[in-house]
Amino acid sequence: MKVVLTSSAKTLADPIDMHFGRAKVFILADTETGRAVAHDNAQNLHAAQGAGIQSAETVARLGAEAVVTGSVGPKAYKALQAAGIRIALIEAVCPGTEALRRFKDGELPVLDQPNGESHWV
Amino acid sequence: MARSPAIAIASGKGGTGKTTVAVHLAATLLFRKQAVQYLDCDVEEPNGHLFLKPTIESSASVGIPVPVVDAARCIACGKCAEVCEFNAIAMLKKPLVFPELCHGCGACALVCPVGAIRETPRAIGVVETGRAGSIRFAQGRLNVGEPLAPPLIRAVKTRREPAAVALYDSPPGTSCPVVATVRGADFVVLVTEPTPFGLHDLALAVATLRPMGRPLGVVVNRADDDRRVQDYCQAENLPVLAELPDDRRVAETYARGELIFDRLPDWRGRFETLWARIEERT
Repeated sequence: MKVVLTSSAKTLADPIDMHFGRAKVFILADTETGRAVAHDNAQNLHAAQGAGIQSAETVARLGAEAVVTGSVGPKAYKALQAAGIRIALIEAVCPGTEALRRFKDGELPVLDQPNGESHWV
Repeated sequence: MARSPAIAIASGKGGTGKTTVAVHLAATLLFRKQAVQYLDCDVEEPNGHLFLKPTIESSASVGIPVPVVDAARCIACGKCAEVCEFNAIAMLKKPLVFPELCHGCGACALVCPVGAIRETPRAIGVVETGRAGSIRFAQGRLNVGEPLAPPLIRAVKTRREPAAVALYDSPPGTSCPVVATVRGADFVVLVTEPTPFGLHDLALAVATLRPMGRPLGVVVNRADDDRRVQDYCQAENLPVLAELPDDRRVAETYARGELIFDRLPDWRGRFETLWARIEERT
C-alpha cells in the first residue's frame, strides 16, 4: 500500500512535518517494499491560498491511499475525502521511520473530521 | 460641465481617522452647498453611517459567479483545476469546487472543453444607498466570514453619481481592497498619525499607491510635536494637506457618534482649508 508522510526534509530519517497543506516535503512510501521517494511541496508551501486543496491533489496524483500527518484543515479534509484518501493522525513530531512503523502497526487513529484551522490570505 | 472629482480617503495604518476625515469632508461640501456623495468602501466594517446617519432607500445583493460542475457532462480532464489561479478547484476523481476561494474570473468555464461548467452567483454582501440630508450615501456590507471584498467594493463604486463629488472611504492597509477603492480616484488623501507605526504604514501605503499614478496628499491627524511624518513627506515630495491637532473634544464628539463639524464650529475652518487644498489639486 502506498502512503504519503508529510516530512520536514527528504528522508524517512527526518522528523515529520505536522502540517498537511504547507508541509515541506511529501514522502511517498510503499509499506510492502519499504521504498520511499521524496516529493518537494515548495509550490504549495508558498501558495497564497488553497495550499491544502492543492496538496490533496498532489497526494491523489501520487496514488497514495493514505496520508500520515499531524493536522488537516477543513478544505484539505474535504478534498482528501473526495479522493478517498484515509488520514492517519500522528500526535507529536517523530522521525518518518517511526511514523511509518506505527502506521503499519495500526497504532495511528484515523481522522474523521478536520482538526486544523482554516487559513485565509 | 466636467465630471466632479472622486477623492479616496485611505491610510496604511488603521484607526488613524479615515472615516473622520471622509465624513467631515462630506459635511464641508454640504456646508458649501456642493453636491457630494459619500461611498463607504470599507465593506468589512463600514462605519461612516454611524456619523452621517443616512436613511437607506435601497439595498441590493451582490454576488460573484462561481462554477457548478455538471457531473454527467464532465470528462474529468482537469483543465478547470489547472487554469484556476486561486486553487478553488481540486481535480480529484471529479473536480471539487471550493466556492469560498473562487474570485469569479470565469476561466474554468472558458476552458472546459465539454461545457460542463455553469456559473451561478454566490452572494457576498449587499450595497445600500440612501441619503443623509443632502449628502448622497452608499455603502457595502460584506457578509461575515466572507474573504473577498473587491467585487463588493467595485459594486459600491458603480453607485457613484457623476454630478457629485465622490468621497471613497477606503479600508486600511495596502492590499487588494485598498487598490479596488483607490482605482479611478482623481486624488488620494492618506490619513496618518505622528507615531512610528503611523509613519511606517504610511510609507507602505505610498509604495503601494504611487505606481497607480494617482496624486497623493497626507493628513496628519492628532498632530503633536513629533515631526517625523512631516519630514518623511518633505523627503518624498508629498504635500501635507492638513495637520489636525490632538484635541480631547474631538475624541469625545467622535465617541458620541456626532460630527465635529456640528459640535465644534472652531474646527470647521480646518476642514474647509483641507478641502480647498484637495480641490486645487484635482
